Amino acid sequence: MIPLHYYLFVAAALFVLGVLGIFLNRRNVILILMAIELILLAVNINLVAFSAYLGDIVGQIMAMFVLTVAAAEAAIGLAILVIFFRRRGSIAVDDVNRMRG
Amino acid sequence: MIALIAFYLFASVTIASAVCVIFARNPVHSVLWLILAFFNAAGLMLIAGAEFIALLLVIVYVGAVAVLFLFVVMMLDIDFAELRSGFTRNLPFGIVVALVLLVEIFVAVGAWRAGPSLSGAAPREATQPNIVALGQVLYSRFLFPFEIAGLILLVAMIGAIVLTHRRRGDLRTPRADRQVRRRPQDAVVLAKPQVGEGVQL
Repeated sequence: MIPLHYYLFVAAALFVLGVLGIFLNRRNVILILMAIELILLAVNINLVAFSAYLGDIVGQIMAMFVLTVAAAEAAIGLAILVIFFRRRGSIAVDDVNRMRG
Repeated sequence: MIALIAFYLFASVTIASAVCVIFARNPVHSVLWLILAFFNAAGLMLIAGAEFIALLLVIVYVGAVAVLFLFVVMMLDIDFAELRSGFTRNLPFGIVVALVLLVEIFVAVGAWRAGPSLSGAAPREATQPNIVALGQVLYSRFLFPFEIAGLILLVAMIGAIVLTHRRRGDLRTPRADRQVRRRPQDAVVLAKPQVGEGVQL
């Protein structure tokens, strides 16, 4: 069977890729949001793996809550992105400091 | 053995598509790679024995979140080449930070010893179906957090609608109050014109 470590390594690689994505695409908000989704996916894989190997279902409940929050975050983030684009005509993060009030 | 092969397949495709999400030039391609990553992560969870979460991942992420991303990427007219200007400048620093983080996590996981209740060699045998176990815990012990999760989704939905809603000036929508206030005696005039005179409006 598959040892628990394998899942942890996969989740760690996904997490690091998400962090790297935030570093590399610092100006593009859409890609930053996608990188955050990758990070949350890594967290979910960790939760599910520990839940399965401990025989405790609570980890999967937590994974569901993480999923809920990720969906809400994506919806709100993209809504803010849309109104920001309407006002400035660009989604570069450098321009965000002009958004007052 | 087959499970191990499937695990390697799903894991490698997940990580490869995550790399493509970050490095793809076209954001539409990024979203499509993200969908592939979610599918394969769902496969990983299926191997671990969490069927419900795996299918939920496919439905929620692929069916809702990724399509939302796709809509936004395609709806906005953005010059993505201009946004990539800092990419190569940030690349060396980002790679260094990512490598340090990866090595740290791998060392931590490698040095970690399982506790007495966790052998870490194989998943526990499930005594009941996954969805039955989830439902029994979710609707009893975690009922309050479950309701709060629903409330969070409601707030997110209302928030997204309120944020993106705008009153457009170029639409000729009927004004209901004026229509309701209009009475027949104000609007209709009975005229009996003589022959050859016409009607005074």
